[in-house]
Amino acid sequence: MQLFHCPFCGTRDETEFHFGGEAGNIRPDGADVPADRWANYLYMRDNPKGAVREVWVHMNCGEFFVMERDSVGHEVVSSTSLDGAGHAR
Amino acid sequence: MTRRYSAFSLIKEGLTGQKGWQPAWRSPEPKKTYDAVIIGGGGHGLATAYYLAKTHGIASIAVLEKGWIGGGNTGRNTTVVRSNYYYPESVAIYGLAHRLYEGLSKELNYNVMLSKRGMVSLCHSTGELEIGARTVNAMQINGVDAEMFSVDDVRRVAPLLNLASDARFPVFGGVWQGRAGTARHDAVAWGYARAAGALGVDIIQNCEVTDFIVEGGRCRGVHTSRGTIRTDRIGMAVAGHSSVLAAKAGFRLPINSYALQACVSEPVKPVLDTVVLSPGTGVYVSQSDKGEIVIGGALDRVPSYGQRGNLPTLEGVISGLLEMFPAFGQLKLMRQWAGIVDVVPDSSPIIGESPLPGLFLNCGWGTGGFKAIPAGGVLLAHLLATGKHHDISRPFDLDRFATGRLLDEAAGSGIAH
Repeated sequence: MQLFHCPFCGTRDETEFHFGGEAGNIRPDGADVPADRWANYLYMRDNPKGAVREVWVHMNCGEFFVMERDSVGHEVVSSTSLDGAGHAR
Repeated sequence: MTRRYSAFSLIKEGLTGQKGWQPAWRSPEPKKTYDAVIIGGGGHGLATAYYLAKTHGIASIAVLEKGWIGGGNTGRNTTVVRSNYYYPESVAIYGLAHRLYEGLSKELNYNVMLSKRGMVSLCHSTGELEIGARTVNAMQINGVDAEMFSVDDVRRVAPLLNLASDARFPVFGGVWQGRAGTARHDAVAWGYARAAGALGVDIIQNCEVTDFIVEGGRCRGVHTSRGTIRTDRIGMAVAGHSSVLAAKAGFRLPINSYALQACVSEPVKPVLDTVVLSPGTGVYVSQSDKGEIVIGGALDRVPSYGQRGNLPTLEGVISGLLEMFPAFGQLKLMRQWAGIVDVVPDSSPIIGESPLPGLFLNCGWGTGGFKAIPAGGVLLAHLLATGKHHDISRPFDLDRFATGRLLDEAAGSGIAH
């Protein structure tokens, strides 16, 4: 069992967390967004091997936050609340 | 020199000291140019090379594999072959694969040990029975064999299964596909490699693609750990690492990589001669010809490129298995492993030309790529040879994510990948 860090609750079991998507994926704004731009936002992913920056949610308390970790070795580098992290970098 | 495998060649070699056997495929040095290059020496890549040479007569083909052939997901799956999908497009692609599997040992002159032992997908409530009936109807309309099983039918094919009415997931019946079964996964890779090699395909192992050559907006070759190779037609079949190669080619894919685990018990006498899947526990299980109980389950919940898997998912799979087969609690677990799979939002594969012209995709098979190997090979070979989609692959083009014509098999057939 790996331990993740919730900025609100502290260190908890990985099973209490849910992956929310890549950080910095911002919803397009406006009424006339072209289809490929929507597809890019909804579906296309960087999915990098190595250092990743992701939005996660701690399901017990509902806190959304940005976790930086390694997608191969699973080392967690940091957990920052969404306000402080700046979802859009 | 003995090239063809038969009872006659076995006897002949037995009488002459086994000295005439040839290596199953050559290991040549890479050439500078090829008519077509395929990245990825798993089942899909090797099958593509085979059909490209056999069906389309392309003379000069290379398969580039960064490790050893069949060492990725082809050698890490639970060997199940089936075609129990919902949408006509899915049935067309998986049905093609299933039919080709049925003739594969003969086609390749290599025994892939296909065992059509049947597969039952359990129904745990009256609601699931209704959805099961819908699946059976859809499969029959699409020309694939399927039938509803009663509890007595389930008991007949899997007598060890926990059918108690007070079970956590009581069994109300099941969906049966009698043509489903298992095949020896390594043999599928080796059989395609041997047959492709015999047609002149260069199979180059320990050759990692490090970058693409792009000239005039087209892909013109690859830089590899074993030198530069030029070609005007490149196919990639690198499940798990599709996004990594796509990034090198300058585009993104609708894929998240996850680990999918499997494990086997110690070998025991025959106790289970079919494949059993429980949507309730998320576990599927069969018994290998060696006697090991082969166990698979849900994806890990943490996106990953680490080919290990994490413990909470393994614990969930094993507890689900013991709920289904309490007797298996006596078994010792012998090995556990994981492969990295391409998880796509609509749980359907991606086949077609990539945003970089000249580079063609075969990816996104999720947890179910093994069963589709012959079709993935036929369809990518068709694309590479003609530059155009086969009718069966067209619905699976990358453009469906912009047009919205998704093929959601997670919703359609309840297959969780």
